[in-house]
Amino acid sequence: MAAAATLSRKDFVSDQDVRWCPGCGDYSILANVQKVMPELGVPRENVVFVSGIGCSSRFPYYMNTYGFHTIHGRAPAFASGIKSARPELSVWVVTGDGDGLSIGGNHLLHVIRRNINLQILLFNNRIYGLTKGQYSPTSKLGSKSKSTPAGTIDHPVDPISFALGAGATFVARTVDVDAAHSQEMLLRAHQHKGTAFVEILQNCPVYNDNEWLEIEDRKTRAEAGLVLEHGKPLVWGPKGQKRGIKITDGVPSIVELAEGEDPVAKGVAVHNEKHASAAYAFALASLARPEFPMPLGVLRAVEKSTYEDMLDAQVTGALNKQGPGDLQKLLMSADTWTVGG
Amino acid sequence: MSEHKKPVEEIERVAVRFAGDSGDGIQLTGTKFTEATALAGNDLSTFPDFPAEIRAPAGSLAGVSGFQIHFASSDIRTPADQPDVLVALNPAALRANIEDLRPGGMLVINSDAFVTKNIERAGYQGDPLPALRSKFRVVEVPFSKLTAKALEDLKMGTRDAERSKNFFGLGLVYWLYNRPIEPTLRWLESRFKGEIREANIRALKAGLNFGETTELFPTSFAIPKAKIQPGTYRNITGNVALAYGIVAAGQCLEKPVFLGAYPITPASDVLHELSAYRNFNVRTFQAEDEIAAASVAIGAAYAGHLGMCTTSGPGFILKQEAVGLAVMTELPSVIIDIQRAGPSTGLPTKTEQADLLAAMYGRNSESPLPILAAATPGDCFHIMIEAAQMAVKYMTPVVVLSDGYIANSSEPWLIPDVKTLPRVKVQHRTEPEGFFPYLRNEETLARPWAIPGTPGLEHRIGGLEKEEKTGNVSYTPQNHGRMGFLRAEKIRRIANDLPPVEINGADRGELLVVGWGGTHGAITSAVNDARAAGQDVSSIHIRHLHPFPLNLGDVLKRFKQVLVCELNGGQLWRLLRAEYLVPAESLSKVVGQPFKVGEIRARINQMLGGKA
Repeated sequence: MAAAATLSRKDFVSDQDVRWCPGCGDYSILANVQKVMPELGVPRENVVFVSGIGCSSRFPYYMNTYGFHTIHGRAPAFASGIKSARPELSVWVVTGDGDGLSIGGNHLLHVIRRNINLQILLFNNRIYGLTKGQYSPTSKLGSKSKSTPAGTIDHPVDPISFALGAGATFVARTVDVDAAHSQEMLLRAHQHKGTAFVEILQNCPVYNDNEWLEIEDRKTRAEAGLVLEHGKPLVWGPKGQKRGIKITDGVPSIVELAEGEDPVAKGVAVHNEKHASAAYAFALASLARPEFPMPLGVLRAVEKSTYEDMLDAQVTGALNKQGPGDLQKLLMSADTWTVGG
Repeated sequence: MSEHKKPVEEIERVAVRFAGDSGDGIQLTGTKFTEATALAGNDLSTFPDFPAEIRAPAGSLAGVSGFQIHFASSDIRTPADQPDVLVALNPAALRANIEDLRPGGMLVINSDAFVTKNIERAGYQGDPLPALRSKFRVVEVPFSKLTAKALEDLKMGTRDAERSKNFFGLGLVYWLYNRPIEPTLRWLESRFKGEIREANIRALKAGLNFGETTELFPTSFAIPKAKIQPGTYRNITGNVALAYGIVAAGQCLEKPVFLGAYPITPASDVLHELSAYRNFNVRTFQAEDEIAAASVAIGAAYAGHLGMCTTSGPGFILKQEAVGLAVMTELPSVIIDIQRAGPSTGLPTKTEQADLLAAMYGRNSESPLPILAAATPGDCFHIMIEAAQMAVKYMTPVVVLSDGYIANSSEPWLIPDVKTLPRVKVQHRTEPEGFFPYLRNEETLARPWAIPGTPGLEHRIGGLEKEEKTGNVSYTPQNHGRMGFLRAEKIRRIANDLPPVEINGADRGELLVVGWGGTHGAITSAVNDARAAGQDVSSIHIRHLHPFPLNLGDVLKRFKQVLVCELNGGQLWRLLRAEYLVPAESLSKVVGQPFKVGEIRARINQMLGGKA
């Protein structure tokens, strides 16, 4: 079809009516993804969106690409099959906190561990929306929901720490309403070779409104969020109230900075997304509200061999070494005997 | 072959069972004997029967492993109801197997193992042998001592030397039945090194020489070559045939194969086998669980590969939601369930045929798919080619049922000429003009297989109900009814491609015995024996369980009585009664073991009463 270079956002909009609730954060995410797609340089027919079940998982229907809306929690496994079979395809998994971290936690772990070269967008709204308001595995302890009128009694999982623990080679966090930052993260995720995990803080206006308000609201974001930039010190805060993050023995602490003071001289860590060890990224991931600002941006981006490359190398290697398989020879590959006619 | 000075008696058939501890190498011994027997040109059928534990406590009943082989100069189809010879390496092996030995049969024991400690561990109150001498021909051979003697200058520990005793026993039985030892020698030379190789070779030869010199065996036996269809043969187990069938299915469709699998008994061997065939464009993916194994296979099918997965009962159930998605999205894939005894974890190494209704009805809602079942080890090859071609022609997941018995048992297999295998070129949709994801082929009702990477065919599919033709999400009642009909009608139309059921025996009469899957051999043998005895009985074997062949109802109605034999509580029996309203009876067996021919014969006799 149309060459990648000539595509525009509209080419990625499907003819289906979008059926998320008014005000849902998914609208912004959809717009950001459609905006970024033409910039990837990938022919539209080579793009596949794969999802599981949940509000976020309706995403593929709205993308004018190939799309596969699969079963609850298993999108990473379907996507693993697609990408391992056809490495030339650009495969995007869209999931949520329930789909990805509850019913599908096992598959999320293993797709990341295998470092299959695909993008995972996990929309985190800390609630089950499609089933109408039960708490999710990322809901804060004590959260009141339809299924927990007295508050949750299970400790939440942090998506970023989970991904790092699974050995993720690319981990980033962004927020639904910040179009520029979201698009940058989507581009970075696509450029990364290996599994790229992006947590997108997303608002559910119906069942868990304003969960991320202090990050989404521009007035409070400078205070609540720490924007990561490779090679720049971990400094945040409104003008005149800058502070920095120091990491000692893997444990982060806050350093107050006077106006114009050099943060590095005060021991503030300089962001390095390429640390070979994941320990630094774990320390960043541990930064949580209200004590610390929430990190936004790329926490980790390192190189590792990918599953589908190694699989293809084995296929090519076997072909080079043994030649194309000869079925008749295979069937005869045992002691044989011939009975005369 | 060794020079025989003792007389050789010619016999038509014999069944031998080897039994010992699971650490004694019984399965290996049986496999090697089978290979030698195959090369001797006999027809044969084997039945390996082993515990699920890797190493149960030595000498315990739970740890007994057995391997039975039936071989003959005539056509045989089962491993035989009763062995004529039992080789028992310890008292536990004796106790677990002696009831099966034919009265008057030969019992060969390792007399070194019959010490008080072992006798008690097997649960005997005292030495069991005196009581057995009046019923069987008991031959006591000090396997361990004779093996140790043959290896004495190798300076191996007693324990290591003891481990070669199965080869001593194998050598002895090779002598007894005049089997060639060269294939086993070649195998030992390629497989082992150094002292272990030497020890096993010496033990094998020592067993052979012992047979020739000892006065315990006055004669040996010869079984002439079987008169079977001309051609080149090999010995094959169901699981190896299944793996080859998967490779062949890919080659015949000119498609790369993508196998998703999670280790499970008794299916893992297929994964092992296929993982070695990367140069056949076969990709194996050991998934994190059973669900993922099905999901990666269906994902690969969506991307244009031949997606398959191999599993057994518990894993099959976990896959069902993903299989339901393949039904809804109409993606071609093959799911192979090598059934084992259950429910739950059940008896992982034992056989059963109780997943038929799970395959038929085990998914949520109306979700029809074709079901095929392999009849014999060799049939596992051909059925995979058929299943894969059915899957792509009709754009549907297909379930293939095998079972633990045919998976592990073996038979001589007429190696097919690959040039004669059916080849089909898959047509992927590429034309954007007039394309709809659920536009159907008028004849087969299959939707197009439009794969990612095809310009202009970008579309979305998923588990939500589809609008006819466009494939858009639709919740309207009329559309749902229409799509449900189309999904079912598509599967019904597969019957048009199926060969008619063939009748073994007269095409009408008093009694028809019906079977499916791995019971084929036992049923055919029982019915042939009964017919030879003048009884009015025929049999059919149903290889296509859904949809049924078009002539099935007519065939069933041509017999006054119908008996359905299966290793479950009557699953095919229920389907046949429901579908055709025939007053069929059920012979059901659920003990983790295949049918004995005698069990089927007895029921035939009962049903025919005085009319025999």
